[in-house]
Amino acid sequence: MPLLKNNTLIAETWAHADAEGELPTGDVVVPFARLLKNWEQLSQRRDKLGVSLVNIDRAEALSTFLPKLQLIVLSFPAFNDGRAYSLARQLRQMGYRGELRATGNVLPDQLQFMLQVGFDTFEIGERFPLSTWQQASKQMSLAYQRGLFRRGSEAEIWTERHTDAEPWLEQPHAG
Amino acid sequence: MYRYDEFDHQFVRDRTNQFRDQAGRRLSGELTEDEFRPLRLMNGLYLQLHAYMLRVAIPYGTLSSKQMRQLAFIADKWDKGYGHFTTRQNIQYNWIKLEDTADILDALADVEMHAIQTSGNCIRNVTTDHWAGAAADEIADPRPVGELLRQWSSLHPEFSFLPRKFKIAVTGAPNDRAAVKVHDIGLRLHKNAEGAIGWEVIVGGGLGRTPMIGVTVRDFLPELELVGYLEAIMRVYNLYGRRDNKYKARIKILVHELGADKFKAEVESEYAKRPQASTEVEERELKRIAAYFAAPQLEKLPRWSASFEEAKLGNPAFSRWARNNLGAHRADGYAIVNISLKPDGGIPGDATSDQMRLMAELAERYSLDELRVSHAQNVVLPHVKKDDVFAIWQALEAAGLGAANYGLAGDIIACPGLDYCALATARAIPIAQAISRKFSDSAKQDEIGKLKINISGCINACGHHHVGHIGILGLDKKGEEYYQITLGGSSAENASIGSILGPGFAGHEVADAIETILDTYLKLRGPGEEFLAAYRRVGAKPFKEALYATA
Amino acid sequence: MTSTEKGQLVTANRLRDGIAVFLTRSGQWSETIDDAALALEPQAAAALEARAKDDEKATLVTGAYLIDAERLNSRIRAAHIRERMRALGPTVRLDHGKQAEGKGAGFAAPEGV
Repeated sequence: MPLLKNNTLIAETWAHADAEGELPTGDVVVPFARLLKNWEQLSQRRDKLGVSLVNIDRAEALSTFLPKLQLIVLSFPAFNDGRAYSLARQLRQMGYRGELRATGNVLPDQLQFMLQVGFDTFEIGERFPLSTWQQASKQMSLAYQRGLFRRGSEAEIWTERHTDAEPWLEQPHAG
Repeated sequence: MYRYDEFDHQFVRDRTNQFRDQAGRRLSGELTEDEFRPLRLMNGLYLQLHAYMLRVAIPYGTLSSKQMRQLAFIADKWDKGYGHFTTRQNIQYNWIKLEDTADILDALADVEMHAIQTSGNCIRNVTTDHWAGAAADEIADPRPVGELLRQWSSLHPEFSFLPRKFKIAVTGAPNDRAAVKVHDIGLRLHKNAEGAIGWEVIVGGGLGRTPMIGVTVRDFLPELELVGYLEAIMRVYNLYGRRDNKYKARIKILVHELGADKFKAEVESEYAKRPQASTEVEERELKRIAAYFAAPQLEKLPRWSASFEEAKLGNPAFSRWARNNLGAHRADGYAIVNISLKPDGGIPGDATSDQMRLMAELAERYSLDELRVSHAQNVVLPHVKKDDVFAIWQALEAAGLGAANYGLAGDIIACPGLDYCALATARAIPIAQAISRKFSDSAKQDEIGKLKINISGCINACGHHHVGHIGILGLDKKGEEYYQITLGGSSAENASIGSILGPGFAGHEVADAIETILDTYLKLRGPGEEFLAAYRRVGAKPFKEALYATA
Repeated sequence: MTSTEKGQLVTANRLRDGIAVFLTRSGQWSETIDDAALALEPQAAAALEARAKDDEKATLVTGAYLIDAERLNSRIRAAHIRERMRALGPTVRLDHGKQAEGKGAGFAAPEGV
């Protein structure tokens, strides 16, 4: 599955484990139920650990695990199911700074929104050429909302309007 | 009124370019209809019965003469020379082509307008009191908050794929002309004993299939906390609103199913988790916006205008129109002019491009270049000197805009219905026309007094029939149009949902049924008692008996 | 001598301008409902639908679906009031839509007569 990051295609380095059965070696991402069940074992592995949530999982349920997680995968079962946008933002607000990946029905026209709420990587499928994704990532050069996770090509309008004199008003940003 | 800065200009240009690209990719087949639909809906473009329909945003119902002229230009160039003003203070064009839409959006951007989020499962146009900034009873103008929320909600990355549409209304007056209790979020401005401003936050009101009155979750939220608190509400809705059933997907269902207390607890819990960022930027932005809504430069005039009084004495038709169509302005010697877009037997809310241009000219000359659109599908000139009212009326009369029925039986609110709308189950406009013709006698309308008749052509209730004093809902019974009548609805501060009176009526019977209801009212009302008050006093029984009495 | 045939036809909206159109026997999309191909058998209806789906993919039309209709003396009457509206235009603006352009159906929408 092609993986998009920073407008380029990258190789997948993670192994995806099922709910049951043997754990693959190396960096592994497990379903949330398995994370809960096998936490002792998983947290002691030296390789990187990731978890995949479904839309009815609560972000708070991950809070104790966050320091140990380097990948969280959120899914869009339909492209108009917008719950993962809130989950992503909640996780970022909880302080998570690892990789946040979008999977499922991911379309170029939602890419900029996903970047803004904190997604880093995207399982994008074969349908659209890379150029469409790259174009879509910079369609809007401005955003009104403050405290968005990522300020890539967009400037934050309210911040821009009111921080020429006081740079200390700027919100800190990651990525 | 608000004026775009470079950022706002750039924003709508980017958005138009984005849509042009998306429409191109749809026409080339790169995007399927399922993928394109939410994108075009988020730019206000519907596929309707006969053609595409474009719903243009008129933020909090306020526009300038320049903008109104551009709406007229768009009607002429890309539609059939007319537009329809809606129950959410927007304007709709019924004969639009997809291939023209990007050009139309550019023409809108040229005058600081757009069609952003007038449809789709996102936050829609923030609506308000059509007399904001002018009304005598207003505590403070709610439109700075309206503008703040418009910006905050535009292309919000977290809230663009909600379970369903989301409608916000704000009001700054104790007499609620913005129907805040039947919106997903309603905000009511209050002033406390110390004179500080705070906002009552009402959640979970709505019409449609399951009409509900909203619940108050905060009594007095400080203004600077509005954005943060609304984000918490939106997040709870986005995460927990139902997505399994389109008819149970509004926030009102979530509030109802959780219960008001549990819902509020979820919101407060989410709100408490917010990073404690300073609200300094919001404060500055609100101040910056508020400067655009500073009280206009009005002249110091005597309360009494001799020329106005003389004109009334000399012209009974003008006198009647002045009595019905003027609203009380907070400044002496001024009036609010309500232009009824409900001519006898006409299509409610429609205006030709010529009429739009005339209204623009009147606004520029007599109303400090400002117009408003009301939920009742009428247009308002908010700041008019009484000295000028007669000249305005003469111009309106000549243009077919002189109907003296504002707020009366002839001022009917009707959605486009099955004549235009792909969702409709029955026609609404011909019903409005029949009722209008039946009550065209002006003396009769005056006798009946204040009355809100609302007609919806389907259960989606875009005509707001649930909150009509008399509501009419058009349904389909075995392929035939069929109309249910409700009584006793109200969207004012004592909001109520109308009750179904009894079995429905065929289309040609509705106007007679309304006449029977109103004759009954006239017989049983107390001195000076308006229809809604009379209904609340006597209940449905006398009306049921009159309507359904066996011969 | 009157002749009545009952069946189904396919209707859609033209993608570029949204105008309601009807699928003809020759595979064209006409604004005039009388031009529509009326399928008298389920198989024929399915074939019309399949052709419509192809044209959706080819971005000619969108939202194609079958409707019940009958042909009376070479004019087509849609069974449902909504479809009779689409074949005519708004009943409150007789100067707009197909009815004003000589492309209207022969049966008024509300009564269907």
